[in-house]
Amino acid sequence: MKHLLIIAASIFFATQASAITKVNGAGASFPYPIYSKWFSEYKKVKTDVQFNYQAIGSGGGIRQLIKQTVDFGASDAPMKEKDMKKAAWPVLHVPTVMGAVSIAFNLDGVKALKFDGPTLAKVFMGEITKWNDPAIVALNNGAKLPNKDILVVRRSDGSGTTSIFSDYLSTVSPSFEKNIGRGKALKWPGVTVGAKGNDGVTGVIKQTKGAIGYVELAYAIKNDLPTAELKNKNGKYVAPSIKGVSASAAKLKDDVYNGDLRISIVDQEGDDVYPISAFTYILLPQTKETTQLKEVKSFLNWALTKGQAMAGDLHYAPLPIKLSEILLKKIK
Amino acid sequence: MMIETTNYYRWRKFKNRFFQFLLILSAIAVLTPIFLIVQYTFVKGASSLNFDFFTNLPKPVGESGGGMRHAIIGTLYLVAIGAAIAVPLGIMSGIYLAEFDKKSALSRILSFSIDLLTGVPSIIVGIFAYILLVVPLKSFNALAGGVALSIIILPIVTRSTEEILKLVPDHIREAGLALGLPRWKVIFMIIVPGSFKGIFTGVMLAISRAAGETAPLLFTAFGNMYMSYRIDQPMASLPVQIYNYAISPFEDWQRQAWGGAFVLIIIVLGINLTSRAIINRNEFVNFFIELNKKFKGKKVK
Amino acid sequence: MEQALNQKSVNNSPAPEGPDSLHLGIPFKLQDKINVWVLRTLAFAIITMLATLVVLLFKQSGEAVKEFGLWNFISTDNWNPVEDEFGGLSFLYGTAVSSILALAIAAPVSVAIALFLNEMLPAWLGKFLGLFVEMIAAIPSIVFGLWGIYYLAPFVKETLTPLLKSTLGFLPLFQGPSFGIGMLTASLILAIMIVPTITSICREVFKTIPGHQKEAALALGATRFEMIKLAILSPSFSGIMGGVVLGFGRALGETMAVAMVIGNSTSISSSLLAPASTMASVIANEYAEADSDLHVAALCLVGIFLFVITLIINFAARSIVWHFNRKHAR
Repeated sequence: MKHLLIIAASIFFATQASAITKVNGAGASFPYPIYSKWFSEYKKVKTDVQFNYQAIGSGGGIRQLIKQTVDFGASDAPMKEKDMKKAAWPVLHVPTVMGAVSIAFNLDGVKALKFDGPTLAKVFMGEITKWNDPAIVALNNGAKLPNKDILVVRRSDGSGTTSIFSDYLSTVSPSFEKNIGRGKALKWPGVTVGAKGNDGVTGVIKQTKGAIGYVELAYAIKNDLPTAELKNKNGKYVAPSIKGVSASAAKLKDDVYNGDLRISIVDQEGDDVYPISAFTYILLPQTKETTQLKEVKSFLNWALTKGQAMAGDLHYAPLPIKLSEILLKKIK
Repeated sequence: MMIETTNYYRWRKFKNRFFQFLLILSAIAVLTPIFLIVQYTFVKGASSLNFDFFTNLPKPVGESGGGMRHAIIGTLYLVAIGAAIAVPLGIMSGIYLAEFDKKSALSRILSFSIDLLTGVPSIIVGIFAYILLVVPLKSFNALAGGVALSIIILPIVTRSTEEILKLVPDHIREAGLALGLPRWKVIFMIIVPGSFKGIFTGVMLAISRAAGETAPLLFTAFGNMYMSYRIDQPMASLPVQIYNYAISPFEDWQRQAWGGAFVLIIIVLGINLTSRAIINRNEFVNFFIELNKKFKGKKVK
Repeated sequence: MEQALNQKSVNNSPAPEGPDSLHLGIPFKLQDKINVWVLRTLAFAIITMLATLVVLLFKQSGEAVKEFGLWNFISTDNWNPVEDEFGGLSFLYGTAVSSILALAIAAPVSVAIALFLNEMLPAWLGKFLGLFVEMIAAIPSIVFGLWGIYYLAPFVKETLTPLLKSTLGFLPLFQGPSFGIGMLTASLILAIMIVPTITSICREVFKTIPGHQKEAALALGATRFEMIKLAILSPSFSGIMGGVVLGFGRALGETMAVAMVIGNSTSISSSLLAPASTMASVIANEYAEADSDLHVAALCLVGIFLFVITLIINFAARSIVWHFNRKHAR
């Protein structure tokens, strides 16, 4: 017995020392598919660094960063001024990729749907409750839609995806802006189900016939959920895609890139634009360089160059090249 | 008058039949879903298991071949920490409650506190450990998870040790003392080793319960996609990993969640049944002898 | 036995020969004194630890109490993390409704099963199935949750809801759409989970009835049902109550299975088909990612309410069972 204890104790203490540098990050689930791919590929490049990323939602990422329980944060919703003040040091928002918030649904026999901003807002405000509501039918060339309840699924956690989506709905629907507004967590009216993370929402939509919700495009595609075409500012119906997202950033001027980078690109002008597009950011503390911080910076160098090529496979849009160049300089 | 008696009798008979019917119905109503749950989990879980499950770490979303090796080891690790803290402490406090200071305030307050701990919802235990260890260490860590589990294990071990020791008749203690031993030796070298089976069962039941707990680990040990042995870093555990995968939409992850649930049930029920069998060894053996006799008579082949 | 200790021990001196095999060289009385004091210190440490944890919990929720006031917090239905406004009424409602509904389903069924296992089955089969029921109590709640999402929720949505709507659809209880996950599903899962608790207590209670009482009832011409009512149920009533209240306590604190199937809506709805939240499920879902200090404080405050309520119920159950044992001690 005594010998067993001694062996156990020595194994225990031996495992506490390790040559691998561990970097902890937390935040948005929006980019989780591409981030997990990046971390896995980066480990092949730099074998002695291990990134542990928890997709707990943008709100959680910001809070963990401020509390200094993680080395870096990730968020689709830029930090608010009051959050920036709470941080012990300035925080650099580094865009990594662009993605689309798609409207995924699960309706028997319906593989394609068209929506416009105001109608979509009404659905999520609980004002339109049935799939065969005249407003929806009118947008879809009089298609035969079932007389079933629309089951709205939204996020229960502090979510950048919610922030982007509500930003869009507030832009296109004054009623939504007044009654619900923008934010990472909202008071959704009517009977809605909340789920955690983009994956949670996708899971509920997949499991529930008649459900509709907003999820990052990669999640919808990976789970074979149909997504709706949205009417953009130019009046064209566009499906969520890399092209639609890239088009949203096409018109950005160079001076924007040199500025704050906490920009919204929803509902942009352009025929090919998909209206619910957004940047997603890694939140980098601008502080004295620790081993962890050095590793994050070198990872970002890799992600903003080699990593961008992997974005397309997972249905994210790579950053405009100009932006990547500027960012690489900023990170130093 | 005879007719009335007969009618009333028939009514009573009917009530009787009806009631027995209700009893059987209720039994089926409950036992069916329970049986379904177990069967569904076993079938779905067992078919979800493959070699990768036990040997690999999680792979990125969409790639197959991921596993839960880190979560299985993590559970063993966290339960070991919890047990290392709570089992000695629990046995000692069980001894204290059973042997000393029976009427004193300290003993009564301790008994009250143990009762309190038994009733604390496991999520609150998680909050306790979070405030205690996650906040000062500024990160989720395995130690907090282990401590949370120890809070769950402690009252079970204390109570069962106390009950077992109370069953030992006083004359054994008196005999030990009469032989000239100091009291502590009577306890630690005679009474406790003599009740070892019972205490061991109590410990095993507590451990099996802790192994299956999810809520206390959600924001203490938190979770990790990699294998970690460090006590100051987040650590994966089987229940939390199952939870994360279960609410995800990815089919491969859901399949692994079922596999994990199967492994978890095997571990928990395995420990549970084994410890019961140890204590009821005779009954267990007799039961199988009876069963064997019954079916031997009905063998067709 | 106490006397044996208090008498002056003949073997008081540190003799090298004799029972002092560890050769500690200190008198037995001192050894025992050290032992008692070590144990007392451990007991004290445990009590202090527990007290510290409770105090820390209260301290952590201090901000929420200051901001909203204790009574106001639990009576307001407004949970808005983005505006930092917190009122926990919807969780109190969710916990109360799901637990009461679960109890309403589970209590009669548990008593019925206990009777079934004890009275209507041959002894060996009763023991075997009884073991089976007790094993259910050992199954981790996450497995129930997993089964609930993928099996029970679709069942409730596709089969149970249409059935309920076609028969009792006029009731406000069954209005509105069904997602599958929601209050009803959560209550059903809770019911399944607390049955073993109540059943095992009822079985113990029923076993204390002496055989001759039952035989006497039968000898007087009672049917089996009447015998059960007279000889078993009536005298065991308080024991059954104790088990029921204990099951209620278990339902109140259940976290994971509920969190996975209740739908996480923070508004109160009169319909059982609607999604809801309980005190335990909101903590499980929001704690790890709570946005601000006030949010964490509000969640801790919800935890305190849950803690206190569970405590009261558990002690009520324990005192009922204790009174019963006193009356009918074997």
